Amino acid sequence: MIKSELVQTIAEQNPQLYQRDVENIVNAILDEIVKALARGDRVELRGFGAFSVKQRDGRTGRNPRTGEAVKVDPKLVPVFKTGKEMRHRLNAGR
Amino acid sequence: MAGRTVTRADLAEAVYQKVGLSRTESAALVEAVLSEMCDSLARGEMVKLSSFGSFIVREKGERIGRNPKTGVEVPIEPRRVMVFKPSNVMKARINGQDMADEAE
Repeated sequence: MIKSELVQTIAEQNPQLYQRDVENIVNAILDEIVKALARGDRVELRGFGAFSVKQRDGRTGRNPRTGEAVKVDPKLVPVFKTGKEMRHRLNAGR
Repeated sequence: MAGRTVTRADLAEAVYQKVGLSRTESAALVEAVLSEMCDSLARGEMVKLSSFGSFIVREKGERIGRNPKTGVEVPIEPRRVMVFKPSNVMKARINGQDMADEAE
C-alpha cells in the first residue's frame, strides 16, 4: 500500500471529507512524527509500535570499491520497534 | 534532546490544528489511518509512505535460539516480523538538514 492508496481508503470511509483533506490529514500525522523525532522525542503508538532516535558514533569507513578510507560523521538515526499487538497480528493464524 | 513521548493524542492535536476538523473527528481519523496501516501489514503487504519511509513485512525462517540465562537451546519458530526503513528525507530532517543537497 502506498500513501495515495491509504488516502483513498480513508476518503472512501469518510464521504464527508474531500480527498484533499484526507491527504492533508495523513501528511499532518506523518509530519508530526518526523518533527517529534527531530526534537529528540519518542513517538509511541500503542498497538502499532514506537519510533525513537539513536545516536550513531562517527567511524572510519571504507569505500568498498576503491578501498579508500573515508570519515563517517556521527549521526542520528530513526528506529522503529514493532508493538506487541502488531507483532501478534503479523503472526495470527499460523 | 527533550525526551518527551508523543502519542496518538499529540497526533490528533496536530491534525486538529492543521485541518478544520473537530477534536473528536481528528482523533478518529488518526485512529483510522493507523488501523488501515496495521490491517495492510497484517495481510502481509508493505506500506510505503513517500518522504516518510516504508514498513516491510519479512518472513523469518526457523532457527535455534538459546536461553541466555540457562544456556538451554530452544527452537525459534518461523515467523513474520515488520521492519521500518526510514526515507532519506526523514533521515535528513532528523539530522537537521533539508533535502536540498542530498544526492544519496
